[in-house]
Amino acid sequence: MTVTAPTPAPATEVSKSSGTRLVDRVFKMRELAILVVFLVMIAITQAGNSQFLSEQGIKDLLLNATILVLVATGQSLVVITRNVDLSVGSTLGITAYAAGTYLNGGGNPVVAIALAVLLGIGVGLLNGLLVSLGQVPALVVTLGTMYIIRGVDSIWVGSSQITAADLPGGFVDFGSGGISAVPYLALIALAVLIATAYYLKHFGSGRELYALGSNPEAARLAGIPVRKRTLVAYTFCGALAGLAGAMYLARFGNVDSGTGTGYELTVVSAVVVGGVVFTGGSGSVYGAALGALLLTSINGVLPALGVSSVWVLAINGILLLLAIAVDRVVALRVASALKKRNARHA
Amino acid sequence: MTHPSDTGPAPVLALKDISKSFGAVRALRGVSLELFPGEVHALAGENGAGKSTLIKTLAGVHRPDSGQVLLDGEPVVFHGPGDARDAGIAVIYQEPTLFPDLSIAENIFMGRQPRRALGRIDHKATHTATAALMQRLGVDLDPDRPARGLSIADQQIVEIAKALSFDARVLIMDEPTAALTGSEVARLFGVVRTLREQGAAVLFISHRLEEIFEICRRVTTLRDGAWIASEPVEGMTEDDLVRRMVGRDLDELYPKQDVEPGEVALSVRRLTREGVFTDVSFEVRCGEIVGLAGLVGAGRTEVARAVFGIDRWDAGEVEVQGHRLTNGAPSTAMAAGLALVPEDRRAQGLVMDMSIERNIGLTGLRTTVKAGLMDRGAERSRSLDWAVKLQVKYARIADTVNTLSGGNQQKVVLAKWLATGPKVLIVDEPTRGIDVGTKAEVHRLLSQLAADGVAVLMISSDLPEVLGMADRVLVMHEGRLTAEIPRSEATEETVMAAATGRAAA
Ligand SMILES: Nc1ncnc2c1ncn2[C@@H]1O[C@H](COP(=O)(O)OP(=O)(O)OP(=O)(O)O)[C@@H](O)[C@H]1O
Ligand SMILES: [Mg+2]
Repeated sequence: MTVTAPTPAPATEVSKSSGTRLVDRVFKMRELAILVVFLVMIAITQAGNSQFLSEQGIKDLLLNATILVLVATGQSLVVITRNVDLSVGSTLGITAYAAGTYLNGGGNPVVAIALAVLLGIGVGLLNGLLVSLGQVPALVVTLGTMYIIRGVDSIWVGSSQITAADLPGGFVDFGSGGISAVPYLALIALAVLIATAYYLKHFGSGRELYALGSNPEAARLAGIPVRKRTLVAYTFCGALAGLAGAMYLARFGNVDSGTGTGYELTVVSAVVVGGVVFTGGSGSVYGAALGALLLTSINGVLPALGVSSVWVLAINGILLLLAIAVDRVVALRVASALKKRNARHA
Repeated sequence: MTHPSDTGPAPVLALKDISKSFGAVRALRGVSLELFPGEVHALAGENGAGKSTLIKTLAGVHRPDSGQVLLDGEPVVFHGPGDARDAGIAVIYQEPTLFPDLSIAENIFMGRQPRRALGRIDHKATHTATAALMQRLGVDLDPDRPARGLSIADQQIVEIAKALSFDARVLIMDEPTAALTGSEVARLFGVVRTLREQGAAVLFISHRLEEIFEICRRVTTLRDGAWIASEPVEGMTEDDLVRRMVGRDLDELYPKQDVEPGEVALSVRRLTREGVFTDVSFEVRCGEIVGLAGLVGAGRTEVARAVFGIDRWDAGEVEVQGHRLTNGAPSTAMAAGLALVPEDRRAQGLVMDMSIERNIGLTGLRTTVKAGLMDRGAERSRSLDWAVKLQVKYARIADTVNTLSGGNQQKVVLAKWLATGPKVLIVDEPTRGIDVGTKAEVHRLLSQLAADGVAVLMISSDLPEVLGMADRVLVMHEGRLTAEIPRSEATEETVMAAATGRAAA
């Protein structure tokens, strides 16, 4: 919508706000769509099984979603920079075990959580350094660290395991407690989510993550410290995986060497279903959180409807493909809408 | 040839004896340059002469192999583009470097957004400042729309706005006008003059020599990476400048052959794409070169894209040599003998990290495939052939395209499409970023193609080129064809009048 007439035509308010709205609407729509699918699914399930939305039912749903929301939030930051972190499952497993071992030895719960987060930060730093320094794709690097951490975990844990009985009662109570139907853990995750979203939108370094994923070469030319930002994204992702590990421990009380195996793929699915584009540069953590909520609730819904849980994976896969297809269609639509608005007349 | 330091104050920025090689390619060989406050300085040279490399050295993108960069007389080392920016150097690179997912406002202020308390971004101020910049440049781009899908000219304008957005002491512009038409260029020059009066130093690159004479005070010429001269523009003629750049006198720039037009090769009837262009009808005959002129955004590129089948049209029809084309199907268009050289070489014309050879070979896959396998030998010889014809400057034909200079990339795009042996050739800004010598070469080539019976539709923002090469000039204004002017009546005035809608009534 440019006018290149000799006299600058005053930009009308209408065209300005319509531009904003178009773009905003698409993103809101994306998040709204997931929300609607989620609500419809819940409604159907509730109609088929009135026990589903009992206080305990809601609480379970939220508790199950909480951990995935946390890890997906961290993963979003990495994906926005056009990278990926496949080591989050292993990180969650090892941090949960570390915190559990510490508590088992009579440690303080707060210190245990800090320990898990610090360990996560360490892993994140390692990933970030490898990805930003080596010219190796993130997929390969984090696949490597995923196996390394899992390997270390297996050697360390062996065939032993942590059970709820090994943990202080207060810690376990905190993990399952809450304010009526809302678990404490969900509140923590929500706080992290809101803070992250605020950071991404309102702080220069947050916007630079988007810039980085959108066009790495241009980011370099714009003087954005590419390595530093990549490092920050991975470190944050690692920290949240660590926090999620501590929460996992509090929630389930049960950790062994296999904890978190394969979790990274669920996380990546949640992020993509939530509209964070895999090629970087766009998407929001709210979307990712909604994606996480949707994926976890399917796990809960199917049994409630009497469907065998063997279907869960297939349905997750279908959702993923559906999300990608929708993104593609929306992208094409937006592109052609923008094209039309390019023509400086209508 | 005056010695630069004769003139008044000390240079803000200077290069001393800079050399830079990429592998075996010596892009710069002992180049020196001084930029003074309040001067617009031109950098001239053929494609691949090293202009962009020099700029990237000033901007901290490349580290020189030897030599010094001096800021206010003090040697500095820029470790990255950020350092140069902090020193007050704003750069417009030859290829737009935008973030497609982010809004125009964010693109402009990335890394230095206005802040509120606690270091938070002031989104409102960012928006307002962007709107003000757009006003200043006389364009009406919505600050909140994403950069994705902007035309090359609009991308260029965002780049210009970006460079203007901080009060730079040094403004470096690598072919900012290559995609712009007269009125946008006039706007830009207005802004540049203001900056000059405020004491900024401007380094300006353009292959449109008349622009250098219009706005620059001194010009530095490079040839094959070597410094040739730094001298005042006043008193020079275009021929002088060309001689410095090329090292010899130039043949005629517009070698148009007179050809008796044959039968209709391309016929476009009442073509409409809603909201983009309306009711466009024209014919191009064998042997004819038809120019398509108009302001940026008039819909020229969009018509070409629709004709070729990249975008769908909503009404109308297109025929190539009597064959109706299918709506939205480039493959049938290609089969009918249509070729389109697109304006955006990076996005549409080239696979940047593939070799020159393979890029030229891409369009010929059908002819160079034998029994389902690629005939690499045939591909290579065909590619070499065209690379030589267009004088592409490269080290090895197996080098990737992204190591070429901008103008040489453009030649590869041309080669790729000419290699298909089209009956109807649509060229969108065929000489964007191409130096005068090669421009003449491209013109001769187009003229020769026409003489061989090819119908050529040439979209160009370079008005002298349209006037010099076209048998007929079609002019578009706001999505409609507003005039068809025969060669004998086409002048700068008649075309501009139709393009700005003054004659449309
Ligand atoms: N990254 C690179 N790797 C290898 N060679 C390069 C690279 N960048 C530039 N070159 C080579 O250096 C030479 C100078 O290129 P440069 O881009 O500076 O030319 P230019 O004067 O800007 O030309 P143009 O007018 O076409 O833009 C060319 O031969 C080019 O192929
Ligand atoms: Mg260049």
